[in-house]
Amino acid sequence: MARYDRAITVFSPDGHLFQVEYALEAVRKGNAAVGVRGTDIVVLGVEKKSAAKLQDSRSVKKIVSLDDHVALVCAGLKADARVLVNKARIECQSYRLTVEDPVTVEYITRYIAGLQQKYTQSGGVRPFGLSTLIVGFDPHLGVPALYQTDPSGAFSAWKANATGRNSNSMREFLEKNYKETSGQETVKLAIRALLEVVESGGKNIEVAVMTKDQGLRQLEEAEIDAIVAEIEAEKAAAEAAKKAPPKDS
Amino acid sequence: MKFDTSGLESTASVFGTAGSELVDGFSAAPAFELPTTTDVSFSFVCYALRFVWEGKSQNCLWVEFDFAFWFQFDGFQKEAVQMVKPAKGTTTLAFIFKDGVIVAADSRASMGGYISSQSVKKIIEINPYMLGTMAGGAADCQFWHRNLGIKVPENNQALMAKPSLPLSLIDALSTACKIAWQSQCRLHELTNKRRISVTGASKLLANILFSYRGMGLSVGTMIAGWDETGPGLYYVDSEGGRLKGTRFSVGSGSPYAYGVLDSGYRADMSIEEAAELGRRAIYHATFRDGASGGVASVYYVGPDGWKKLSGDDVSELHYKYYPVVSTEAPEPDRMVEA
Repeated sequence: MARYDRAITVFSPDGHLFQVEYALEAVRKGNAAVGVRGTDIVVLGVEKKSAAKLQDSRSVKKIVSLDDHVALVCAGLKADARVLVNKARIECQSYRLTVEDPVTVEYITRYIAGLQQKYTQSGGVRPFGLSTLIVGFDPHLGVPALYQTDPSGAFSAWKANATGRNSNSMREFLEKNYKETSGQETVKLAIRALLEVVESGGKNIEVAVMTKDQGLRQLEEAEIDAIVAEIEAEKAAAEAAKKAPPKDS
Repeated sequence: MKFDTSGLESTASVFGTAGSELVDGFSAAPAFELPTTTDVSFSFVCYALRFVWEGKSQNCLWVEFDFAFWFQFDGFQKEAVQMVKPAKGTTTLAFIFKDGVIVAADSRASMGGYISSQSVKKIIEINPYMLGTMAGGAADCQFWHRNLGIKVPENNQALMAKPSLPLSLIDALSTACKIAWQSQCRLHELTNKRRISVTGASKLLANILFSYRGMGLSVGTMIAGWDETGPGLYYVDSEGGRLKGTRFSVGSGSPYAYGVLDSGYRADMSIEEAAELGRRAIYHATFRDGASGGVASVYYVGPDGWKKLSGDDVSELHYKYYPVVSTEAPEPDRMVEA
C-alpha cells in the first residue's frame, strides 16, 4: 500500500485515503480530551502534560474560545490546531458581520469540518492532524451542544465524547455511565472519564465549563483538586459498599 | 470653474417645499443646458446640495432623486425621458406593536401623471414569516430624472465609470436583486436548518443593494418579520442604508401616512386596531397623494407567520370613513291645490 499514501488525494484500491488515516494516528497520539453535554452546561476536559519547570504554563491553554458562546479543544498536532482555531475565529466574526447574529455551534463546526475536508482534497497539502471537540450554546434557543470533527472532515453531534490518547476507554466509560446531568454533576462526569486514563490531580487536568449566562470559565487547579477529591471519596464509598455484602436478606 | 448659478437658485427654492413630491415643481425650473462634458464642480455642488436636502427631509426616508450620473445623452433620449417622466409614486408603511408587525401598502404604479397600474403587489412574501415591501424600483419604473436633464454623480470618482443604466435594465436589475435575495434567504434556511432572522435577511439585501450602488437603482424597502427574537422591522434602501426601527413609511405618500400613523400609534393596540390604523394611514396617503391609490392591503405578521388581513379599494374606504350625509332637501313648494 505504500504507493497509495504519498499524495493525499489518491485513493487506495480498497477505498482508503491513507493520509487521512495517518492523520487519525497522529490524533491518537495527542492529549486525551473529553467533552460532556449537560442540560444547562457543557464541560471540556483535557489532559495536561506536566509543565516543564521553566515553561510559562499560562501560554499553553488547550481549551480555547472561538467566540463568547463557543469553545473548542483539540487532540493532535498543536500547531495545526492554532491555524484552524484562527480561521474559525475569523469566520465567527465574519458571520456576525454578515447576518448580525452569533454563529450557531453547528455552523462553526460545519465550517471547521469543511476546512479539514478541503485539505484532504487539495494538491500539495496534508490534512490537519487533529480532531476537535466543539461546545457551545445556541445563541437564540440557549440549548447546549457538543460536536466532534476529525481529520477526514466528518462531524457529528454527541452527548458525550472523547478523543486523543486512550479515547476508546474514555468513551466506553462514558457509554456506561452517561446520564442527563446538569451543573456540577456534568463536571464530575467529565472529570471521572478523564481520570480513567490520566493520573489524578489538578495539575494534570485542564477543565473548562461553559454556561449560557457566563460563557467559558476555566476551572482553577484548586477547584479541580476539590472535585477530584470528591470523586475519589465517592469511589471509595462505592467500593466499601461493594466489599461489605448486604447482610439483610 | 465658473458655472451658471441661476439654475441652482431656482432648484434650491423648489427644494424648499419640503415633503412635496416635486413632479410639478420641476416643470417650473428653467431649462438648463445639458452639459456634454462633465462639469465637475457643478455636479459636486449639486451632490452637496442633495446631502443638505436629505438631511432636512427627515420625514421622507426614501430619497426621490436618483443621482446616478448621466452626462451625455442625445436629443431623442432626452425627449423620451421627459415624456415618460417616471416617478416613484407609492405609499408603504410598517410598524411594530405589542402583538407583531403590521405591513400595509397601496397598489398604484404611476409614471408621471399616467397611472400605469392600479393593482401592483407591493408587499412581497419572502417566506411564511417574513414580508418585504418594495417602493420604487421593483414596483414600478423607478428612474427619476430631473427636469434639468442632469444627473448628479453618486460619488465623484465614479463620474465616468458608472453612467446610469437604461430604464429597462434598471427595472430588470431590481427584480434580479429581489430574486437573488430571496434565493439567498432560502439557501440560508436549507444550509442552517433554521429560518433566517429578520436581521440577517435585511443585512443580505442591504449588501446586495450596496453592491449596485450608483447604478441607478432606486428602491426603498421594509423587511418585516417574526423570528426567534420576536418581531423585527428594518428599512433598507438602494443606497445600501439599513435602519432598524418600529415605525416606517416609504414612498411619495409617506408624509401623509406618517401623520396618521404617528398620531394614532399606541404600542398596546390589538391586532384589529393596528390593522385599522395601517389601513387608515394608507387611505389618507392615497387621498392626498396623486401617485398613490388603488387597493390598500394590510398584512399582519405574528408568531405563526404572516396573514393578509384585508385589501380594500381606497375609494370605497373613502365613503366608509366619510359617508355621504344626506341632507334633507327642503320640500319644494308645491302648488297647493286650492
